[in-house]
Amino acid sequence: MTKELRIENLRVAIGGKEILRGVNLTIRQGEVHALMGPNGSGKSTLSYAIMGHPNYEVLDGSVTLDGRDILTMEPDERAKAGLFLAFQYPTAIPGVTVANFLRHAVTNVRNPERKEGEDLIPMREFRKELREQMDELGMDHDFARRYLNEGFSGGEKKRAEILQLAMLRPAFAILDETDSGLDIDAVRIVSEGVNRIAAKNSTGVLVITHYERILTYIKPEFVHILFGGQIVENGGPELVKQLEKDGYDWVRERYPEAAQNEEALELVAKQQQFQGGGKPAF
Amino acid sequence: MATDLNLQVAGIKDDYKYGFRDSDDHYAFKSGKGLSRAVVNQISEMKNEPAWMREFRLKALDAFHQKPTPKWGGELSELNFDDIHYYMKAADRQGKTWDDVPAEIKNTFDKLGIPEAERKFLAGVGAQYESEVVYHSLREDLQKKGVIFVDTDTALREHPDLVKQYIGTIIPIQDNKFAALNSAVWSGGSFVYVPAGVKVDIPLQAYFRINAENMGQFERTLIIVEEGAQIHYVEGCTAPMYSTESLHSAVVEIIVKKGARCRYTTIQNWANNIYNLVTKRAVAHEDALMEWVDGNLGSKLTMKYPAVYMIGKGARGEILSIAFAGKGQHQDAGGKVVHGAPYTSSRIISKSISKNGGRASYRGLLKVAAGARGSKSNVVCDALILDAASRSDTYPYIEIDEDDVKVGHEASVSKIGEEQLFYLKSRGLSEAEASTLIVSGFIEPLVKELPMEYAVEMNKLIQLQMEGSVG
Repeated sequence: MTKELRIENLRVAIGGKEILRGVNLTIRQGEVHALMGPNGSGKSTLSYAIMGHPNYEVLDGSVTLDGRDILTMEPDERAKAGLFLAFQYPTAIPGVTVANFLRHAVTNVRNPERKEGEDLIPMREFRKELREQMDELGMDHDFARRYLNEGFSGGEKKRAEILQLAMLRPAFAILDETDSGLDIDAVRIVSEGVNRIAAKNSTGVLVITHYERILTYIKPEFVHILFGGQIVENGGPELVKQLEKDGYDWVRERYPEAAQNEEALELVAKQQQFQGGGKPAF
Repeated sequence: MATDLNLQVAGIKDDYKYGFRDSDDHYAFKSGKGLSRAVVNQISEMKNEPAWMREFRLKALDAFHQKPTPKWGGELSELNFDDIHYYMKAADRQGKTWDDVPAEIKNTFDKLGIPEAERKFLAGVGAQYESEVVYHSLREDLQKKGVIFVDTDTALREHPDLVKQYIGTIIPIQDNKFAALNSAVWSGGSFVYVPAGVKVDIPLQAYFRINAENMGQFERTLIIVEEGAQIHYVEGCTAPMYSTESLHSAVVEIIVKKGARCRYTTIQNWANNIYNLVTKRAVAHEDALMEWVDGNLGSKLTMKYPAVYMIGKGARGEILSIAFAGKGQHQDAGGKVVHGAPYTSSRIISKSISKNGGRASYRGLLKVAAGARGSKSNVVCDALILDAASRSDTYPYIEIDEDDVKVGHEASVSKIGEEQLFYLKSRGLSEAEASTLIVSGFIEPLVKELPMEYAVEMNKLIQLQMEGSVG
């Protein structure tokens, strides 16, 4: 049976300011969606809200995974329910190796009923799988012994996120600006990884981006434009082409009301950049 | 293994793992409470010591009375010196083999896993129960090479010249109130002598156990590492919980001669009603290396700043300090490095964690004497605060009387980051699991310096400390 991630009329505020003003979006397992929009349109807010970041306040609406309300769940329960977010700015955890962290994560996600303190998945089995996945992504095995995201280059961080995606095999994955800060080769490698993993696990994918670049590698069937905290256009790959050609000006003209919100949001986004909203605090 | 740990944890909950106590009817001798010349004389008499040692003790007693109680560091006003037993002997004689150790004491150390540890990965073991060392052993091949590893009382009987030559030379009687106290009433501790060129490749270990209420333990440890020799010494400390406080006040003196290396590792896990006021100091001669690895998890108040005095050209000193302050605990820990010769180098890395209202302080001294040209030092202190009720302070003192030096100092204080927690939780880790992982990562630079078995033990202790710390 195909699972479904359904977002209905989602309204989200951060620091008392409403960012998402009623978002509707449904993704089925195996589908690839792209969510595009200019800077500050609320794209990252949507990803954080779905994953349950404590700073994002849900004002109204619902998010369900196969009919289960996930908004009442803690982020770890959401992960166990089959959600995954590839972070735009993954946080460094000094002193914790990629392997040790992933062994905990994989154990929990694969055995959602596991009680704390119970055995982790067997080391041998885990190592073998981790190595295979690293090979697939062209990663050096030493990578597993490095401290999570500490001193990683932009490309390494994104690759580490995709490695986690491969190991956790979620039903739904949100990729938040996974292409930002990557050169064209890195974008290709990461994208191919996503395609392969998604096909293997029939993952429903939501690619969040404001560039078209990544979408030449990860080909979405469904494209949505988020603007002023609402999804204003739904379509197919032709929307990507149109944005590539014309930019966002036609969107602004067509949705003047949303454009007003957009301006306000841009201001908020600028402030947040300096207040650490979503960015690594360490 | 994780399952075992879980069972253990379930069994003890918030309790202290080593909180069991033995019955107290097996003491061969117990001094009255309080401190006087009579008590000091009695201790010296019972030990049948030479006159010079008795003089040493009595002089130290005077110094103890003269010296003021420190006004800095932790809260000492509730420490009542008149309410302490200064000497307690639980067994009539020391065991040569494990079987010789009296059953009740053996039980205690069995529970702590000492005989297995010795069989598995130690070159030698000493076990001190209250005032006296009850068991001591050293691998035969090391004995043949001339390594001495005995309790300090035995050393005073069997190697009086060595003891007389070195004791009190690194930490004089007058050094501070607690060093004076220790010098007056010391009993037990380890005496280690490593002849020139001998490398002891696996650790020697001492276990210290306080079992009685209002007991004061004052072990005296003296380690001499001759030229080009090497040693790793490890100590662990535990005690049961009582309603009133006990006092542990040790003195550790170490001499590391030319080109020699010494590493001294402590995993201090006293029950949290013990005052742990310890003076530890090493001198490092030319091209010698002294390393202190100091883990403080237990006690009510710890004041301890292991020191390295680099007195020979090219000497090196390293101090890794980790402190974990939980409810009702104050860890005032750190280190001191004194550069007294050219081209000496030192490094202090301090990591502290405070939770549930605990208080962790870093207190350190970096001193470079005039003439110690070309010396280098780097001090890094990181503090991690787990909740709003807890506290962390940093008191770094730097005194430099030489221009040609390179000195670095970094300090950071962090709270467990919301972003870190969210990131780990988004990968399926519960809040408690995520916090524990962040904390274990925080102390990882220190833990990886420990021998494997201790690293496992340390992680286990941290996990126990973290249990129930997150709502």
